[in-house]
Amino acid sequence: MKLYVEGVGLRGPGLADWMAGRRILAGQVAYRPAELVVIAGDTLPAAERRRATASVKLAIAVCSEAMIHACARPEETPSVFSSSGGDGATITAILATLATESRELSPTGFHNSVHNTPSGYWSIATHSREASTSLCAFDFSFAAGLLEAASQALTAQCPVLLAAYDLPYPPPLHAVRPIALGFAVAFVLSPQLTARSVAGLSIELTRADAPVTGMSDPVFEALRLGNPAARSLTLLIALAAAVEQRVIIEYVAGNVLTVAVVPLLEPSA
Amino acid sequence: MIPLALSHFSLESCLGSGLTATLRGLRERRSGLRPCAFETVSLATHVGMVEGLDADPITATLAAYDCRNNRLARRALEQDGFARAVAAARRRYGAERIGVFVGTSTAGIHETEIAFRQRDTATGALPPGIRYRGAHNPYSVADFVQRALELRGPALTVSAACASTAKVFGVAARMIELGLCDAAVVGGADSLCLTTLYGFHSLQLTANGPCRPFDEARDGISIGEAAGFALIEHAERAADSSGVLLLGVGESSDAYHMSSPHPEGVGALHAMERALASAALVPADIDYVNLHGTATKVGDAVEDRAVSALLGDTPCSSTKGLTGHTLGASGIVEAIIAVLSIQHGFIPASPTTQRLDPQFTSRYVIDGAARPINRVMSNSFGFGGSNCSLILGRHV
Repeated sequence: MKLYVEGVGLRGPGLADWMAGRRILAGQVAYRPAELVVIAGDTLPAAERRRATASVKLAIAVCSEAMIHACARPEETPSVFSSSGGDGATITAILATLATESRELSPTGFHNSVHNTPSGYWSIATHSREASTSLCAFDFSFAAGLLEAASQALTAQCPVLLAAYDLPYPPPLHAVRPIALGFAVAFVLSPQLTARSVAGLSIELTRADAPVTGMSDPVFEALRLGNPAARSLTLLIALAAAVEQRVIIEYVAGNVLTVAVVPLLEPSA
Repeated sequence: MIPLALSHFSLESCLGSGLTATLRGLRERRSGLRPCAFETVSLATHVGMVEGLDADPITATLAAYDCRNNRLARRALEQDGFARAVAAARRRYGAERIGVFVGTSTAGIHETEIAFRQRDTATGALPPGIRYRGAHNPYSVADFVQRALELRGPALTVSAACASTAKVFGVAARMIELGLCDAAVVGGADSLCLTTLYGFHSLQLTANGPCRPFDEARDGISIGEAAGFALIEHAERAADSSGVLLLGVGESSDAYHMSSPHPEGVGALHAMERALASAALVPADIDYVNLHGTATKVGDAVEDRAVSALLGDTPCSSTKGLTGHTLGASGIVEAIIAVLSIQHGFIPASPTTQRLDPQFTSRYVIDGAARPINRVMSNSFGFGGSNCSLILGRHV
């Protein structure tokens, strides 16, 4: 499957956006770990911004960034949202309320608890009536999202927006699902080469016959393993570098995605 | 799209275990809805509950996946020779060449609901033995189904609220078209839980009695639970055939509100138009529409408007008065009901509907009808404005 990366969005601890993040991943700027700050950009209308959960703000931040880089129109761009846990804080609040005598849930909290909440807010904010798929594949959610977005782009022959995001669960679920950090990434993937293409990707679904690619820097490797969406870091570091690379990303049931990355732009100077 | 064969399928709902019981329930117009007696829930509402799941745990090698949702999924896998049919397909194609694309909205969250009541009073910690990966996480149902059927191909869970198990047909069609797999198990499961019962209650969307789709006095949904699966594959490569094909899939977003449909039904219309385009069909080719028809005031009105505008007087009905609204499972439940209506030549009745809303203009068939049916459109619309229409039918 051959695709082109038209735009990238990134939020992670010490990775403020893709412009800053690619310099850090390319080794041009030192990495300084910092708390992930999620700011609702101006993509969301005021009413939606008030109701939006942290995961909505996080997902929409990376989507907006990637779409701006890609000069893509949301009204014409189908989307794929991939997350392992959805909005853990909202779900935790519901579970806590259901354990009380009254069990009186907040209506907004309930509709914000569905896994496709960011997809819903994104379509409302951007007036996009395009198809949107929200999915989950546990630790392999990024790979599953990449495969789904690639298959949509190739079958529909149009650019597709992919977002992968996860936030740590609050206690007590954090103890049984220890997502260590917040992370989100977005790509606009096009079946055609354009003037904005930053890299070509050749994606293959194969059985795991070679080890999964890791990050050589242990600090980045801890990030990669600390959040299902951060499994994208090996692809991101390949995009930040100037050389062709092959990245192997773990997928379900003993399968991997082998992604050959061909950068088309010079790395940021 | 290239039509795909639905070569085998299975269903478990409050209408019964398996296709024979389901068909009997549909033909006898027997609603499976009963006053809610689920767990500790005290709400004046009806539910479509599947009996006996509490006494039927998943043990042995798949014990890590034990939860109400996967018990329901396993029931469906065991019906109608479905697991055997998948095993035969596995020998034919290879375990790596069959995808598992299933949907759920709440997976096994009910186990976590119970665990929250049992938190340590001092530390707030959950009790030991909680199965996050095998029960709570949305992927748990895909993971369970893949392992239970001994498959090793691509897999994911679609969780797009009530459109989840309709959208999985689109995922499978794309993956098969690109050669990422040769066949796919699609469907999924959604089981009763406090989150959805109290959640829809908080939105004042649950009916007091059995839900009454398209009735002028409709007052909300009755939540049901169900699991269903279909094996889909290239028509010319299928070893045997139900004679029914997946002809088209149309997906769209409302871009309007998280929990209310677009008042003009624009998103619903868009999904139905896209399904027709993907099937290369025109409205006159559709013999019956299995509506989303959840019996909410607004949802039914919007769907009536959209169906009338696009499909004129094509007969339509909702089967939610029989099965309840099985939420994330409604797509697969109604896709299988569509297949049954094609195979057995009937339009399912809507026995809980008494007086059709006089404002409505679509041709809603309260009493059902026996007649040849070649192509059915099945609608699924969910929270977040997620819409999906399927077209199932046979070559004519």
